[in-house]
Amino acid sequence: MFKRICSSTAMAVLLSHSILASAAGTASENAFNPALSFILSGTYGSLQRDPAIPATGFAMNPVPGHEQGFNLGESELGISANVDPQFRGVATISLLPAGGASVENAFVQTTALEDGLNLKFGRYFSGLGYLNEQHAHTWDFVDQPLVYSVLWGDQLNEDGVQLKWLAPTDMFVEIGGEIGKGRNFPGTDTAKNGSGAGVLFAHVGDDIGIEYSWRAGLSLYQTKQTKALSTDVPNLLGTTRSDSFTGTSTTAGLDFVWKYSPNGNFRERYLKVQSEYFRRKQNGQLTFDTTGVNITDGYTVVQSGWYVQSVYQFMPAWRTGLRYDRLDPGTATVGALNADNVIASYAYNPSRLTWMADYSPSEFSRIRLQFAHDNSRQGLPDNQVFVQYIMALGAHGAHQY
Amino acid sequence: MTISTATPPSLPLSGEERLGSPPDKGELEGVLFPLLHTKLIEKYRSHDMKNYLFFALFLLAFPVHAALNVFACEPEWAALTQQLAGDKANIYTATAALQDPHQIQARPSLIAKARSAQLLVCTGAELEVGWMPVVLQESANSRIQPGSSGHFEAAKFVTMLEVPTRLDRASGDVHAAGNPHIQTDARNFLPIAEALGKRLIELDPANAAYYQQRLTTFTQQWRAAIAKWEKQAAPLRGIPVIVHHKGFPYMNDWLGLVEVAELEPKPGMEPSAAYLGKVLNDLQQHPARMVLRAAYQSERPSEWIAERAHVPAVMLPYTVGGTPQATDLFSLFDDTIARLLAGLK
Repeated sequence: MFKRICSSTAMAVLLSHSILASAAGTASENAFNPALSFILSGTYGSLQRDPAIPATGFAMNPVPGHEQGFNLGESELGISANVDPQFRGVATISLLPAGGASVENAFVQTTALEDGLNLKFGRYFSGLGYLNEQHAHTWDFVDQPLVYSVLWGDQLNEDGVQLKWLAPTDMFVEIGGEIGKGRNFPGTDTAKNGSGAGVLFAHVGDDIGIEYSWRAGLSLYQTKQTKALSTDVPNLLGTTRSDSFTGTSTTAGLDFVWKYSPNGNFRERYLKVQSEYFRRKQNGQLTFDTTGVNITDGYTVVQSGWYVQSVYQFMPAWRTGLRYDRLDPGTATVGALNADNVIASYAYNPSRLTWMADYSPSEFSRIRLQFAHDNSRQGLPDNQVFVQYIMALGAHGAHQY
Repeated sequence: MTISTATPPSLPLSGEERLGSPPDKGELEGVLFPLLHTKLIEKYRSHDMKNYLFFALFLLAFPVHAALNVFACEPEWAALTQQLAGDKANIYTATAALQDPHQIQARPSLIAKARSAQLLVCTGAELEVGWMPVVLQESANSRIQPGSSGHFEAAKFVTMLEVPTRLDRASGDVHAAGNPHIQTDARNFLPIAEALGKRLIELDPANAAYYQQRLTTFTQQWRAAIAKWEKQAAPLRGIPVIVHHKGFPYMNDWLGLVEVAELEPKPGMEPSAAYLGKVLNDLQQHPARMVLRAAYQSERPSEWIAERAHVPAVMLPYTVGGTPQATDLFSLFDDTIARLLAGLK
C-alpha cells in the first residue's frame, strides 16, 4: 500500500474494514448462502368488462391475466448461486396471492463450457422472442402484449433442456435450441417419452456508436397438442360448447429491439423501441362439443399477432411508454362434418392501445400508472386503468438487455 | 474449431511477430477466431475452396502473435492496460466517460466482446453489479469468470474508503465493499498497476520482460507525476466542497479537499428541489468553495446550487475521455487538478 493514512476518519474506515475482514474470515455454515432477492408487487385494476372474456377469435387460447380491484401480485423469491466450479443454480418461487406457491423457474446453467456454449436445464422461460425471458417485475407495462397473452399464456415456461452457442464474432450472434415437455400452452403436457415441444432461436445484435444498440431475433416453436380442451367456445349455432384439438402447432416469430441514449448515459434519458410478431399454424383434428354431439373432423388455422411499443425515460427516474397491439384470428379450414358448427372466420382483428408512466425513486422501487383502450373483444370496448408497485428486497440483480 | 495439438514448426517472423515458444491450443484459438471472423474471411469467402484451405494452412504454419484480448469495464482501466501492455493487448472499452458507470445496459455487443476476452479489467466492489453478471454468464467464457486469472478487479488492490458498517438500502445505493470510485486518487494506480502487470505476465508469460519493463517505466513516471500533482494541488488542501454524488472520497483523501454536502439525498437517488433547498440552506453554516460533479452527471443540480450560493460549479473528467483534455491517465489528472485550481479563483 502506498497510501499514507493521516486522518482519523481513514483510521476508522481501516478499523471497520478489519472488523468486516475478520467476520468474513470466520468459518460458518451460512458463509455460502446464495444471493436472495424478493419481489413485492401489487396492482389496482379498474376494468369495464369481465377479464375472463377471451379476445374475439381466440376462445381456444389463454386470456390476459387481469384482475379487478386491489390485488397482491405474485411475490417472487429469487435464489441463485454457483453450485460448484461447473454449474450455477437459479430458482424463482412465486408465492401466489391466494395462498400456495409455484416454482416459476428452477434451473441449472453451466459456467465452464468452452467455445461459447451455454447449457441450461430444469424449468426456465424459453429463449424465444425478446420479452419471453424477462421476469414480470422487469416488464415495461403492467401486462404482456396481447400476442404474448394469447399465443404463450403471457410467457412460455418450459421444463427441458436449452443449448445456446455464442459465435466468436465481434457482432453478437447467438443460436439456440430447446427440447422440453410442452408443459404449458400451447403444449398439452402429455405424459410420454421423448420431447413434447421444441424451440429454435437465433439472435443478432450490436452497437451503432455509443448511443445506439439493437438486437433482432428469429424463433421457431413446435409442439404436438393432444386433446387440447377449451370450454365456452362460441359456435355457428349461437351457443358455446367445449371443443378439443389434436394436432401440430407450429409458431414462427420475429423480434426487434432498439435503444438510444444521448451519450449512452442511461441514467439520464433513453428511448427504447421494440416490436415482435408471431404467427402460429395449427393443423389437425377438432372435436366439436366434446360433452354432447362429439363430432371430429379436420381443422387448420393460422393465428398471428404483433405489437410495437416504445418507452422513453425523459428525465432520471421518470418514464413513459406507449404500446399498440393487434391480433389476427385467421380463417380456419374446417372439415365438412363440422362446417355448420365451428366458426371459421370472425372477420375481426382484436387490438389495444396502452399508455403508461412510471416513477422509480431508486433502482429497487417503481410505481406505475397505466391506461388501456382494449378493443380485443368485438363490440365490448374496455377502458382499463391500472396502478402498480414493484419493489425489490435483497440482492441487486443484473438486468438483461 | 479444433486445432491439432501437434505444433507446426514455427517459422520465425520478424521482430515482435515472433513467439518465444510454440503456442498452446488456447492461444491458437485466440489467434484464429478473431482473424477468421473479421476482414480476412470476407476476403476469402468469395474465392474457391482451395484458397480457403491455403489460408487455413497458412495460419497453422505461421503462428502469428496473438495480442491479448482485454475487456476493460471502464476507460481508466483501458488506459492503464494500454500503459502496461502497449501493442501486446487488443483492448475493448465497455463503457464511455459520459455514461453513469452504475447504470450500464448488458448490451449484445458487450456479450460478444466478452466471449473472446482473455482478461477482464474492472473496478469491482459491485460497481458493475447491474450488468456484469449477465455479460459473464452469457459470454460462456470460463477464462474471465470470477476467481479465474482472467478476472481482474482493481478495487481488490487498494484500501477501500466508506466501507459501510451498516448495510441497509435505506442508506441508498451503498456498496458492501466500500465506495467503488477508486480512480479519482492517482496513488491508487500504483498498486493496481503492479497487480495488473503481474496478471499480464501470468496470462502471457512469453512477453514477461516487455510487461515488466513497461510496468517499471510507468511506475517511475507515475510517481514523478504524483509528486508534481501534489505540489500543484497544495492550495486545494482544506478547501470545503459540495459534490453531486459521493464519487470523490478518494480524491478528497488524496488532495485534502473537504466534502461538506452532497446533492443526492442518498447515494444513487436524484437530487430533488426540496433537498437542494436544504443543501443551500445548510451552506450558510458550512460554506463551500465549489460544487463538483463528474462529466457524466447532469449539470442542472450543481448549476442551481452554484448560482444561488455564488460558488463555481466545477465539472471534472472523472475518467479518461470525460473532457477533451483527458486523453490518457496522465492528462486525466493534469486536467482534474487544473479544473479544481481554476475553481478556486
